[in-house]
Amino acid sequence: MKYLLLKHYRGAPTPVNDVPMDQWMPDEVDAHIKYMNDFAARLEETGEFVDGQALAPEGAFVRYDGEGRPPVTDGPFAETKDLIAGWMVIDVESWDRAVELAGELSAAPGKGGEPIHEWLEVRPFLTEAPTVAE
Amino acid sequence: MNESLLRELVPAVIGVLVRRGVDFASAEDAVQDALIRALDTWRDDPPRDPKGWLVRVAWRKFLDTARAETSRRGRELAVEAEPPAGPVPATDDTLRLHFLCAHPTLPPASAVALTLRAVGGLTTRQIAAAYLVPETTMAQRISRAKRRIAGLPLEQPGDLATVLRVLYLVFNEGYGGDVDVAAEAIRLTRQLAALTDEPEVAGVLALMLLHHARRASRTGAGGRLVPLDKQDRSRWDTGLIAEGVTILQTALARDRLGEYQAQAAIAALHADAPSAADTDWVQIVEWYDELLRLTDSPVVRLNRAVAVGEADGPQAGLTALDDVDTGLPRYTAVTAYLHERAGDLDHAADLYAEASRAATSVPERDHLTREAARVRQLLRS
Repeated sequence: MKYLLLKHYRGAPTPVNDVPMDQWMPDEVDAHIKYMNDFAARLEETGEFVDGQALAPEGAFVRYDGEGRPPVTDGPFAETKDLIAGWMVIDVESWDRAVELAGELSAAPGKGGEPIHEWLEVRPFLTEAPTVAE
Repeated sequence: MNESLLRELVPAVIGVLVRRGVDFASAEDAVQDALIRALDTWRDDPPRDPKGWLVRVAWRKFLDTARAETSRRGRELAVEAEPPAGPVPATDDTLRLHFLCAHPTLPPASAVALTLRAVGGLTTRQIAAAYLVPETTMAQRISRAKRRIAGLPLEQPGDLATVLRVLYLVFNEGYGGDVDVAAEAIRLTRQLAALTDEPEVAGVLALMLLHHARRASRTGAGGRLVPLDKQDRSRWDTGLIAEGVTILQTALARDRLGEYQAQAAIAALHADAPSAADTDWVQIVEWYDELLRLTDSPVVRLNRAVAVGEADGPQAGLTALDDVDTGLPRYTAVTAYLHERAGDLDHAADLYAEASRAATSVPERDHLTREAARVRQLLRS
């Protein structure tokens, strides 16, 4: 089963260790990045990693504005908008395993080398229709 | 036979089919099929005449496809007879293929893909892996590109500037898979340099070699980005540097300066410096002035400001930023650096943090975050 682990710039509940990364010590930044890389590498080894991407904080809302007219854009985003920072897609045995892994990812070290306790959103993918449905 | 030797044969084999009257798109498809079969079978059973083998297999593939299509349409097949066996003509179609695959009407990403396939002899799967897109997407991109240039004759003189841009793009971007796309760009540019007598081709080749020489030192542990002044210069490839410098000097001696030669000259001055502190920034600024005269590019203006900051001090660098577009990627990173050099650490830290939020790649973002953290640490101590 595939799950999306969603990381937010903002919009998630406030984590325990909530200090912007540029205010950490340089080696704390390194430790955090290493933790994230190691985590992804470990999931590749266990055969559970599917994809991981990071997103820039910039962007805009876009919508159709009628025949022959260019799409309407609304941006930059308001300060109140829930803002996605990136994701990891995992393919695991169960919901419990997805939660376990999200918990590990959320333990990534932050300021003072202490876990950030960042809130991650875990969402099951809707699947393709199975061959045998009855 | 190794894979890169096999790849080198691809443009010539396409050329043979085209000169037998096959349209470029069908010829290229047929040769790609032959290439994939060669990759499957040559390891155990290499042919004595690799090029002849490829021509034969590609030609049969083309006939099969053409026959299937003709019978679908219920018409006679025009090209039926196998051409007489014999030596394959040695005309080099590589240059013409470069012009066709990097045709100015093609979007850059398509030109890159088509060049890598038809001139570079890479398979669609390898190209897709290098650019991190699904193989079917890459296959579609390539066939759309071929439809777009359908009907253009292979003999048409091409636009060398576009070819160079495409090759430089291949060198600069290409991320995954088992093929070293940067090395592939160098191979193709070497080939092009041997076929043309244009100093700018030599300029691109020199530029690539000089950058490639520093590749090992550019990334540290965990893929972290190491800026030029922090790189371990003992890890630079002196052989590649020497070759790049020689090629550049020969090109410059012809007195037909172009932007790639000027960029290569800047890269050569960096490569020449035994340490970052020994860099000849005054001469580098002069080359940026030349480059600006040749291109009037905003990115050059931004990079020039950095060089001015090194040559004449950070205040002069900040002044040079006055006529640079503030919306450029890396603009904020450059101002952060110059403010740090000027001793304004508070401001520099904020700017590094701001620049990290505007970064366009993960390594760059992480680097700038680290820089912000480093300057804040300096402020505390």
